Amino acid sequence: MGWLPESASTYASDIDLGFWVITVIVGIAFVVVEAALVLFLVRYRARPGRRAAYIHGNTTAEVIWTAVPAITVVAIGVWSAGLWSEIKGRDNFPADAVHLAIEAKQFEWNVTYPGPDGQLGTEDDFTRRNALEIPVNRPVVVDLTAEDVLHSFFVPAFRIKQDAVPGMTIPVWFEATKTGEFELACAELCGNSHYSMKGRVRVHTAEDYEEWVRSQSSPEAGQ
Amino acid sequence: MRRFVLCVTLAGVACGGGGEQQGGAGGAEAGAAPAAAPLGTGSITGAMSFSGTAPENPTIDMAEEAECREKHADIPRDPQVVVTDGMLADVFVYVKSGLPEGAAFTAPSTPAVLDQDGCLYRPRVLGVMVGQDLEIRNSDPLQHNVKAVPANQRGFNISQPRAGMTTTRSFSAPEVMVPLECNVHGWMNAYVGVLEHPYFATSGEDGSFSITGLPDGTYELEAWHEKFGTQTVSVTVSGGGAATAEFAFSSQ
Amino acid sequence: MTTAAVAERPTAAGHDGRSFIQRYIFTTDHKIIGIQFLFMSLLFLIVGGLLALMMRWQLGYPGQPMPGGGMLPETMAPDGILLPEFYNSLVTMHGTFMVFFAIMPLLVGVFANFLIPLKIGAPDMAFPRLNMASFWIAVPAGLLMVAGFFVEGGHAGAGWTAYAPLSARPDLSGVSLGQIFWLLSLAILGLSSILGSMNYITTVVNMRAPGMTWFRLPLSIWSLFITAILVLLAIPVLSGAAIMLLFDQTLGTHFFNPVEGGQPLLWQHVFWFFGHPEVYILILPAMGMVSDIISNGSRKPVFGYHSMVFAIIAIAFLGWIVWGHHMFQSGMNPMLGTTFMISTLVIAVPSAIKTFNWLGTLWRGSIHFHTPMLNAIGFVAMFVIGGLSGIYMATTPVDIFIHDTYFIVAHLHYVLFGGSLFAIFAAIYFWYPKMFGRMMSERLGKVHFVLTFIFYNLVFFPMHFLGMGGHMRRIYDPTEYEFLQPFQPMNRFITVSVFFLVAAQVPFVVNFFWSLFKGAPASENPWKDNGLEWTVSSPAPHGNFAETPTVYHGPYEFSSPLVDDDYLPQSRAVDPQPRPAPAAGD
Repeated sequence: MGWLPESASTYASDIDLGFWVITVIVGIAFVVVEAALVLFLVRYRARPGRRAAYIHGNTTAEVIWTAVPAITVVAIGVWSAGLWSEIKGRDNFPADAVHLAIEAKQFEWNVTYPGPDGQLGTEDDFTRRNALEIPVNRPVVVDLTAEDVLHSFFVPAFRIKQDAVPGMTIPVWFEATKTGEFELACAELCGNSHYSMKGRVRVHTAEDYEEWVRSQSSPEAGQ
Repeated sequence: MRRFVLCVTLAGVACGGGGEQQGGAGGAEAGAAPAAAPLGTGSITGAMSFSGTAPENPTIDMAEEAECREKHADIPRDPQVVVTDGMLADVFVYVKSGLPEGAAFTAPSTPAVLDQDGCLYRPRVLGVMVGQDLEIRNSDPLQHNVKAVPANQRGFNISQPRAGMTTTRSFSAPEVMVPLECNVHGWMNAYVGVLEHPYFATSGEDGSFSITGLPDGTYELEAWHEKFGTQTVSVTVSGGGAATAEFAFSSQ
Repeated sequence: MTTAAVAERPTAAGHDGRSFIQRYIFTTDHKIIGIQFLFMSLLFLIVGGLLALMMRWQLGYPGQPMPGGGMLPETMAPDGILLPEFYNSLVTMHGTFMVFFAIMPLLVGVFANFLIPLKIGAPDMAFPRLNMASFWIAVPAGLLMVAGFFVEGGHAGAGWTAYAPLSARPDLSGVSLGQIFWLLSLAILGLSSILGSMNYITTVVNMRAPGMTWFRLPLSIWSLFITAILVLLAIPVLSGAAIMLLFDQTLGTHFFNPVEGGQPLLWQHVFWFFGHPEVYILILPAMGMVSDIISNGSRKPVFGYHSMVFAIIAIAFLGWIVWGHHMFQSGMNPMLGTTFMISTLVIAVPSAIKTFNWLGTLWRGSIHFHTPMLNAIGFVAMFVIGGLSGIYMATTPVDIFIHDTYFIVAHLHYVLFGGSLFAIFAAIYFWYPKMFGRMMSERLGKVHFVLTFIFYNLVFFPMHFLGMGGHMRRIYDPTEYEFLQPFQPMNRFITVSVFFLVAAQVPFVVNFFWSLFKGAPASENPWKDNGLEWTVSSPAPHGNFAETPTVYHGPYEFSSPLVDDDYLPQSRAVDPQPRPAPAAGD
């Protein structure tokens, strides 16, 4: 369907599935309720000589329309809990991930890469502004922090969003399934230039990514 | 009322468009207000020399700002230290003390101009008088914000989403220097010296400066550079003539 | 019910020895105080709407000079082009005015004040002077909130939720005085709300007329009573949070500043611990009044009265344990997210019960489409959408994507505009005759309803699609993002529709003021309703009831077999023998 943005991460299709399942459920509820509403408005419009029924309720009906929504929402909840835990649960972070650090600040995304040694916090780390370059088909774990105010790391194509909070380091993971360019947006109002706090996500093949990392280690990187 | 005054100011700028970038910062003669006749005819000229190896200016990661990047032929660098032939530019120099007691100065009606061009501030260092308009221009087709964080007065944090926008602000108290920064482009820094008198200047490419309209007296002159700190010299102006002051910065 | 109150009761309306100022300005009469709140909050409703219109201009026509924008100072819109910081103030103040100065006072200030004593058979509130104070404290709060636009640095721009540290750090926001005004105003307004809610609770508990048992209370009163409890418990939390933030701003404390050891998430927890009950403060009274009006319009008892009462109480309880659903993506422990998701999904159940009960009330009714009824039906139809769309964001994984997008904006407007505001319109049309002694024009009322209903949906329904496309909320210029550029025609369509939606309010404003002077004089009971307020003259006289009424029935005895009329006022005693008439209904 064209309603949601292009999906380009492993769990994007799961989230989309959830979205459409809910759409079907609430769609049915919507049609039933609104149709009943319209039907009643037409059928029971005031007409001369007809008196409204003197009814105070119906226990059976009330039990049914309490139970059906309750069961439905609990089912939605049970399904969601699993996917939620898979995406955000702190115990479920994938192994063999590329490890990056992102510091959000007014109004830039500063992405720190581990450099050729693959280790963050070493000499060969380098930082790129507003550019998130990652390999395809390999999990990426980002240690997300903020320098000043709240920001929110949002890559629509990956269906991932996570607030960046000053004073906290919050891990986020995603795994791109397509190469290409995507947009990174700030989704939490962060000040006067909030709307221009955007970045580029470039998903490379594994080889291209290695090549890119090596090329960045030169002093005139990024130009 | 304020709007009306502002329009007049803007119109004035428009007429004088293309004028020199230093604007009101150049010295007493820039103070066009007729009431503010200079107290004297003396002047101090001099230069900022630099010895040693100038530190290399850091490169700027401008890759994701195409509109700015294309304004730079080479890899853009943050011009923190600009040394040409042993002379240091962008040093702010001003009369720190020695002016006659009780002398009052009127701020010029022409604004000082700070431009944002190629995602850099131009000029990087400038001076304004207390109450003098500082006109901030955006020559880039993208959003800049300008944040002033003074130590002893209220700052501002404004934004300019489009090319050609101008914003006028002023400062209410003297302060050397008020840092300005753009938070959309974290490398962008400028420094504004705010003074109650018009006796200040910024060294040019050749390291020279000139402060004019001084009465006779002995002055303490301070020079400020963002990397190399401050230096002070004492200079005496007599007989309404010219005096010189030399400052020597070094990489140590 | 005190003898003192009885002794003070005037002999005839208008001859009670009160001066103009005592009667209309510094009045202790709950009805006039309600009307004062009505004028104030309708004014803020207009202000909030105009702010939204300006916001929409920027979104529909980004960077183009706004018509008339040249009149704004250059700190807001140089050459008529709205600045991003001013846009943030518009976003913030639209939300603030609508939530705190329009919807909340319209529901609680206006209708709790006006309806509670009249509907329970009391001469006035338990504490009339506190009630007067409640209004006159709200006035300076409103003035302060408006004044924020005119201070250096502009008005608060951190959103109506004022998330710290942006709201706590003037250097980072560029806003100092504006945010301080905002916080002071809310702290003062909180005092007004607390005084009001104490009054409502005490009045309902102690001053019900003889025979007005708890389960003979109209659902409007039940919901206003439960809402008052929520207000009493929630608003002090907001006031506390506002004062902490004010200290951060002015005294150098660091509750929310992480650089100095504070915790930004603390603000969100405290704000939403207030804020989610607040959401129910904004919808429960609407549900209650709509129940009254739907029963009246259907000429039929409310379906499942008891389950309606229990649903209100359930929502009020559950409302305290769902605040975390605003914080799924905030960095809060994801385990907590799951907990809050479950409580949030459960709260959908009482809302569903209420919806089905409204349908049950219409079922086999004899539906009269007067303007209040149209708006009440509009409420049900739109609240369903707002309720159902809430399931998306309650579901944590789906919320990852739609959080902070226009999907949320669509959802909250379906609840607060499609829900609360349609209910407010319904209630104004319904009780206007009792407030002012004149009827509003049905013709203008219907025009207003139909136009509002159409353009409201044209504005807010497309926002679901924006949200599905990932369109973030609170962004100044969506065209900055390539993936949002295809939505520009839709943004423009919404903006045009907003213009018509605002224009559609003209018939209402005209109707409101024209009817004040020229409306048809209202009889005692123009809607043939059962409530006690319809047993006194229109407008209701000072002191309300010449004699304390005695209540014999529940509030929804429409089409009762005991009487020939299709309504049975609560205070009319009847022979408990069913009339030997033919069977009712079809």
